[in-house]
Amino acid sequence: MSTMIKYEEKELKVVGTRPRRPDGVDKVTGRARYGADYKLPGQLIGKVLRSPHAHARIKSIDTSEAEALPGVKAVVTRDDFPDLAVEYAAAGELTINFHDVTRNMMAREKVLYDGHPVAAVAATCESIARAALKLIKVEYEVLPHVIDVVAAMQPDAPLLHEEQYTEGVKPRPEKPSNIAKRLEFKLGDVEAGFLLADVIIEREFNTKPVHQGYIEPQACLASYTEDGQAELWTSTQGHFVFRAQCAKLLQMDISKIRVTPTEIGGGFGGKNNIYNEPLAIALSRKSHRPVKMVMTREEVFRATGPTSGGNVKVKLGATKDGKITAAQAELSFQAGAYPGSSVSPASMCAFTRYDLQNVLVVGFDVTCNRPKVAAYRAPGAPIAVFGVESVIDEMAKKLGLDPIAFRLKNAARAGTQTYYGVKFGPIGYVETLEAARAHPHYSVPLGPNQGRGIATGFWFNIGNETSATLNINEDGTVTLMLGTIDVAGGSRAAMAMMVAEELGIAFDRVRPHIGDTSSLGFNFITAGSRGTFSSGMASVVAAREAIAKLRARVARIREVPLEAVVWQDGQARPAEASPHQFVPMSLADIAKVAGKTGGTIAGHAEINAQGAGPGFGTHIVDVEVDRQTGAIKILRYTVVQDVGRAIHPAYVEGQLQGGAVQGIGWALNEEYVYGADGILANPGFLDYRIPVASDLPFIDTVIVEVPNPNHPYGVRGCGEVPIIAPLAAIANAVENATGIRFCELPMSPPRVLHAMDKAAGKE
Amino acid sequence: MARHQVTATVNGDAVEFLCETGETLLEVLRDELNLTGTKEGCGTGDCGACSVTVDGRLVCSCLVLGVEAEGRSIETIEGMAVGADLHVLQRKFLEHDALQCGICMSGILIASRSLLERNPDPTESEVRFWLAGNLCRCTGYHKIVEAVLDAAREMRGA
Amino acid sequence: MSEMRYEAPTTLAAAVVLLSETMGSARVLAGGTDLLIQMRAGRISPELLIDIKGIPEMTSILVENGCYRVGAAVTGMQLIEHEAFAKEWPGVIDGVKLIGSIQVKGRATLGGNLCNASPAADSVPALIAAGAVVSIIGPAGGREVAVETIATGPGRTSLARGEIVTSILLPRRTPYCGDAYLRFTPRTEMDIAVVGAGVSLTLDEQGFCRQARVALGAVAERALLVPEAAAALIGTRVDAAALERLAAAARAASRPIDDKRATREFRLKIAGVMAHRAAEIALERARRRN
Repeated sequence: MSTMIKYEEKELKVVGTRPRRPDGVDKVTGRARYGADYKLPGQLIGKVLRSPHAHARIKSIDTSEAEALPGVKAVVTRDDFPDLAVEYAAAGELTINFHDVTRNMMAREKVLYDGHPVAAVAATCESIARAALKLIKVEYEVLPHVIDVVAAMQPDAPLLHEEQYTEGVKPRPEKPSNIAKRLEFKLGDVEAGFLLADVIIEREFNTKPVHQGYIEPQACLASYTEDGQAELWTSTQGHFVFRAQCAKLLQMDISKIRVTPTEIGGGFGGKNNIYNEPLAIALSRKSHRPVKMVMTREEVFRATGPTSGGNVKVKLGATKDGKITAAQAELSFQAGAYPGSSVSPASMCAFTRYDLQNVLVVGFDVTCNRPKVAAYRAPGAPIAVFGVESVIDEMAKKLGLDPIAFRLKNAARAGTQTYYGVKFGPIGYVETLEAARAHPHYSVPLGPNQGRGIATGFWFNIGNETSATLNINEDGTVTLMLGTIDVAGGSRAAMAMMVAEELGIAFDRVRPHIGDTSSLGFNFITAGSRGTFSSGMASVVAAREAIAKLRARVARIREVPLEAVVWQDGQARPAEASPHQFVPMSLADIAKVAGKTGGTIAGHAEINAQGAGPGFGTHIVDVEVDRQTGAIKILRYTVVQDVGRAIHPAYVEGQLQGGAVQGIGWALNEEYVYGADGILANPGFLDYRIPVASDLPFIDTVIVEVPNPNHPYGVRGCGEVPIIAPLAAIANAVENATGIRFCELPMSPPRVLHAMDKAAGKE
Repeated sequence: MARHQVTATVNGDAVEFLCETGETLLEVLRDELNLTGTKEGCGTGDCGACSVTVDGRLVCSCLVLGVEAEGRSIETIEGMAVGADLHVLQRKFLEHDALQCGICMSGILIASRSLLERNPDPTESEVRFWLAGNLCRCTGYHKIVEAVLDAAREMRGA
Repeated sequence: MSEMRYEAPTTLAAAVVLLSETMGSARVLAGGTDLLIQMRAGRISPELLIDIKGIPEMTSILVENGCYRVGAAVTGMQLIEHEAFAKEWPGVIDGVKLIGSIQVKGRATLGGNLCNASPAADSVPALIAAGAVVSIIGPAGGREVAVETIATGPGRTSLARGEIVTSILLPRRTPYCGDAYLRFTPRTEMDIAVVGAGVSLTLDEQGFCRQARVALGAVAERALLVPEAAAALIGTRVDAAALERLAAAARAASRPIDDKRATREFRLKIAGVMAHRAAEIALERARRRN
């Protein structure tokens, strides 16, 4: 059973306004408590020993000297955790396998990347913990490694998993391979489609892994007590999923672990996965003391998930008059050390902005000696769409069509059958394209060495399991308990706004909180742009349940039939034209007597929210290229996006601006740089170059609202779409400025200058 | 282990603490003085989340030793509001919805105050370059820059 | 575990004694913006830190005998805010302004930027172009050397054991002088120079270049003084042809490497571009200073 609530057009008092966020004052005064801000009496500090090799067999681990160091209270290695069989579970947009999760958390047979954990210690202070790490002796047999995805796919490539045979290929391959899986999405007949084409373009693209780059390193604090109970405070996007994973990895009952999510200092998909949490619990179990573990920035880069780097081949056919006849893509994604990249959602997003008859997308999930990838905002989609939207742009140019006109001619609309299965309901893609075309940015003249590009993005948005509880307090104010992490976008405020709207009360009468795992039913991770959609729906369900109880209570108090009581403007009132008239009761009036008239009133929701509305965006960017240095300057940027309905427009703008800027970083400078030794060369913010304030202009936003019919307030979700288009939009703008098409990211100055000099015959 | 006894002023209050030579001012603030509003994002001076002022000078507290604080006056985010009165910058950041996850906020507010003390009428570009040492991954800086410019306007009485 | 000691001497003599008499490794702590990072990463673990910021000569900017004497522990922000100095040596200020963020410049010092001996240090090519002289004190007394002789390779200096750089000397500027420093980085800020170029020149009243010094950063194991590039300007009106010759000489003098920050090929190409652009700025400044 799933829950969908139909959208209703109605007059709104709270939704669509811009109240102050409930977490605001705490965040501007330094009071907000993040992962590293928690401490417990008697706590120890935990640190992790990590592999210095990209690929090696562990021959032995000797922890005896470390254990003997005064101040060291516990050391754990692979021997402290049970081996787990292959078993899959959902974690955000990606699927995990416990056989691999336990190995990624703590290496067993082999280390598979620079930074792979091999042991962890807990000591009375950080300097002792660090000293203890140096005393652990690990004997390695170093093995050949492979970093690049195309290299890893070669038959003679160094093999990460001797028992890995490519899934999705028939017959089953005879030899093991780094290709974990082949997947395919198909609609119509591409071969026939290409025969109908007047123009066919084929291109190959490459992108580098990029990191989510949240400013707060992973941090957690665990306390395991002698009765077998554990408490965990951690910076996470999904505390219920973390609880389940810790329970599995440590073979504990779920009821014996309580996870309290701390304020989260950014995640973007990177905090969907456990890293230190089970280690901290295990160290606490062994030392009988609370254990705190905070990653360094270097550890964050070396050992937590970047997203995949990818190799993307695109083939597109179109008729002279601009109709796409066939679209084909092959996506090869780095999964990192263990299978499970975002190639599946990427495959589904590649061409989905277009109404196509003939599509074939083949994806490969490829293991290589890098950290296991994690979700990153619209996982995989930017990589696939960089290739596809670049080719779309080239096709428009070849056909002599305006790039927006070409896209409009082929745009997905309500009723479009996608190649991954869904048939679209009402969507706002066309509306974003039309709004972009009408925007002054699209027609303002450009100067020398300047270019303009556009590109578009699509993301599914998701729903899933969600719980919420709403308590009417004694004074008629409302406490709203939520189970989806407010990953910073301000979803807490959005949920409180919807509840205030439902109850007919002011926003500041509703106080939202994120509950710990013991205060609510299960909630899936905040991922896939599901927070405001699904928790919003749960909050509305809970509010409506409370309203039903409020009406029933008033009917009893006033001794009138239930039908005679309506809820309006924060009051139980007699229904118009009802023979049973009575003095209305406000929420505060009812709350005051609730205890004596049957008890406190609350509303609950434990739902599986479905009916998420697909989101589409169109981006316009102007760049200026320095022909002597290859530097690209972003001059102007406009994001146009259909969000269904903006509950709090300022937070929606914030998502659009932040997503676009992450995409700009991905396009221009961010990349993992490995040495020939397979060691990460830039594990820090100095050389992993995320955009700084002076790199950027203001980011204009245009919010388009085509309501999602399956959400009470029309919400679609908005966080992920904006990171998808920037890569291709910027590449298209650079092509417009220089005449050179860049098929490789990042478009860093050395690459751009090299290409320009080559084109000019200087090389 | 030999520890230094250090006397300093933090947000106007006299404080005394013990620290090892290698302990940074950031560690002292967070672990010894329980002032956890100052954050560590990198520990190498590249993100600005640990920004504080020492004798009025904007610095990364991860790149200052605790022992160097002897006799100095340190200001952190905890000292920015006066009682119930938020600093204009704090208020403007809220009004402009210029924060998301908030982990960079303390550093950005302290750095912004330091800018406006020196330059009450900065241009957009001056704000962007002054704040280049403060990474924010959530906002794209748009609303942050707007909030600082608006705070400057209000503080100038314009 | 070994303990790290901390000393904050108040005289140069005391600092020299501490530095030369410590048996194990002693490090001078100025701004700490490089030292603390190296300590944290475990790359160094000194037994003694000598904080020199309590020594008055180290932290002051003085004018003496027609020169600016800038203490080695003067911070970047202190120098940037010194209006008279900034007006006379805008190119040195260009370099100092690029040493990290405002926060880093609030701590980082001129002496530290020099003695850390990074080939990419931003203030160093500007100081070399400016013809700066460095005052050193050590167990054997004081000496003065040209700034370009301090760094000998990445992290290596020509300082003898127990020696400390105390100050940096720059002459007062006369009319028709101008200097500039420019670097290339992928980001606008918070980056390490991929190539840096410092140019200082003096024009005569007719607009001919009488003196010039050109220095390059991040194109060799240390910042280079490039006399051939300067020679391309001297005697010319710093016209397009001269600037082209300057750029060619800068490229020819460069011997960069491939590393995580850029390719050798890229550095070679933009060494000339940066020198060319820096010279144009220096020229413009020289013309304005009359």
